[in-house]
Amino acid sequence: MLLEIKDLHASIGDKEILKGINLTIKPGEVHAIMGPNGAGKSTLSSVLAGNPAFTVTKGEALFNGKDLLKMSPEERSWEGMFLGFQYPVEIPGVSMVNFMRAAVNEHRKYKGEEPMSASDFLKLMREKRAVVELDNKLANRSVNEGFSGGEKKRNEIFQMAMLEPKLSILDETDSGLDIDALRVVSEGVNKLKSQDNATIVITHYQRLLDYIRPEFIHVLYKGRIVKSGGPELALELEERGYDWIREEND
Amino acid sequence: MDNILDEVTGNEYKYGFVTDIETEIIPKGLNEDVVRLISAKKGEPEWLLEYRLKAFEYWKTLKVPTWAHLALPEIDFQDISYYAAPKTKEGPKSMDEVDPELVKTFNKLGIPLEEQMMLSGMAVDAVMDSVSVKTTFKEKLAELGIIFCSFSEAVKDYPDLIKKYLGSVVNYRDNFYAALNTAVFSDGSFVYIPKGVRCPMELSTYFRINAANTGQFERTLIVADDDSYVSYLEGCTAPMRDENQLHAAIVEIYLHDRAEVKYSTVQNWYPGDKNGVGGIYNFVTKRALCKGDFSKVSWTQVETGSAITWKYPSCVLVGDNSVGEFYSVAVTNNYQQADTGTKMIHVGKNTKSTIVSKGISAGKSHNSYRGLVKVSQNAENARNFTQCDSLLLSDECGAHTFPLMDIANNTAIVEHEATTSKISETQIFYCNQRGIPTEEAVGLIVNGYAKEVVNKLPMEFAVEAQKLLQITLEGSVG
Repeated sequence: MLLEIKDLHASIGDKEILKGINLTIKPGEVHAIMGPNGAGKSTLSSVLAGNPAFTVTKGEALFNGKDLLKMSPEERSWEGMFLGFQYPVEIPGVSMVNFMRAAVNEHRKYKGEEPMSASDFLKLMREKRAVVELDNKLANRSVNEGFSGGEKKRNEIFQMAMLEPKLSILDETDSGLDIDALRVVSEGVNKLKSQDNATIVITHYQRLLDYIRPEFIHVLYKGRIVKSGGPELALELEERGYDWIREEND
Repeated sequence: MDNILDEVTGNEYKYGFVTDIETEIIPKGLNEDVVRLISAKKGEPEWLLEYRLKAFEYWKTLKVPTWAHLALPEIDFQDISYYAAPKTKEGPKSMDEVDPELVKTFNKLGIPLEEQMMLSGMAVDAVMDSVSVKTTFKEKLAELGIIFCSFSEAVKDYPDLIKKYLGSVVNYRDNFYAALNTAVFSDGSFVYIPKGVRCPMELSTYFRINAANTGQFERTLIVADDDSYVSYLEGCTAPMRDENQLHAAIVEIYLHDRAEVKYSTVQNWYPGDKNGVGGIYNFVTKRALCKGDFSKVSWTQVETGSAITWKYPSCVLVGDNSVGEFYSVAVTNNYQQADTGTKMIHVGKNTKSTIVSKGISAGKSHNSYRGLVKVSQNAENARNFTQCDSLLLSDECGAHTFPLMDIANNTAIVEHEATTSKISETQIFYCNQRGIPTEEAVGLIVNGYAKEVVNKLPMEFAVEAQKLLQITLEGSVG
């Protein structure tokens, strides 16, 4: 078992957003979490990644059999969790190269490995950039600064390729992408898929799921997973919208 | 979040030790006799004593300047000793004559005084309290005609040069601390680069305050003759003490035609503790006179220490086509205060100046940039570019900018850009999520922010400065 979430509750301030999430993910699986705006999709990804803005009030989560909720955000990263941000953050003055080198070397340190040599690192950068057709120029620019919406999302997948996570959570990676960028990003995700890793795709729309084909679809509504099923559930949502979910649950 | 940054910015000062060495300290207080005593101890010629006395007379008419954006505690100038010297034999000439305690001290500071142990590309003048302890590579430099020695030696050995240039850039009437320094300065460094000579190594002075209840008043004079070049570095540290100590220096640089001088400072005086107790008051007057045509001076400073910093390394661009540059990173943490910046005075034609100032404030500190760009009437085609950025690491710190432009010639082109930013929680979380812990993330962001300035430092210093930025802002590193 890669990730096991039981009855997870989380709040921001006094407001409870997640009200008892149960979810189990095995290596090799691709899950999609769908749901209307405000259902708690982004909160779930933030809480799993350890964003300190949210407080877990109840429940448990095991990642690689370890207590996820006790780990710092960086430990979760070292253990193999990756969050593709809905709104990637700009860090002026820090070049992508330096940023990624710091990240890769922290991961290596955790595994007890020596820092990567500069030439090996640049080779790795080149190789992984190809996965998402990321322009070389972007690698020398400051992290996400002045990147277009599409470049930012591609840059997220590039970082995912660099860090080779066991579990990738892609939070609305499709938002703000035109059809070409959507294809490039999805192909990138598909190339990185293997029997040893898993992906959670968080999305509002079916559109992304034409490219990344999840076996498991979950519908999140008012902080709970109210429905789970196979790919046909996504198609049903596309056809019928979310109103019937609301009607069934309100 | 605030807790995290508090932890990260918790300060640790690793140069705070005291050297146990017999020191000769004259009684506290300042009067004419003290000025005479200092001059006599140095065996100075009559003209220099007269010069000191004139400055002292003038100083007595002045009041402590209060225009800076600093909460200045009252300083009792009679409660300071104006001369302290490690007791050693007169002017040690070889390594064997330098007190082993002193050698140990400078070793501990990373400044080995044995020439064979030194970084090959650097000559050092080591100053402890009021006197120069040792100048390295003096003989090797002399082969090229370069003079690099302590100020006291220069007064004895090169009186004509000193008489000609002392006070030629910073007049003792310039300001309160300049007058004070001129009256009581004890030692410092003198550099002369002859015509057409490129100094083959970095020259550096390392200032160390050791004795308690004393002030350090050093004097640096650099003269670069026609077509010469030198890169000069200055570093400073002091022990941790609960009392504040005064450091009031003057640096003068005189540039002839086509001369180029790079002056770099890594200032790491003891900043006081977390609660703002103790620390050095750093009130310094630094100025370069680009007298010659096509001469060029750059000031690069990384200011991380001192309880209070008050300094404005300036460029007076008299020669036509002369160039002045100022690159600064000033970090304040806890209760530190800094009011720093530069003055670019354009007098000659086609003169150019560049100012890049990066302030970083953490804790409850206050960090101000103060700058003057002055273009005088005859300075045709003067150009200035100023960039002035502030980075805030806490909610309780302050960043202030006081830029002033005084333009009297309408061919001037003057640009000013300014930004203020804060390290946000989302930036830290983004780094954390990629596996970069908060301390390293802050270091990465701060060093990225300061990069433009740090890159101007000579190689070895740049690495040191990067580390220093992290140490100043990070509790557990170092």
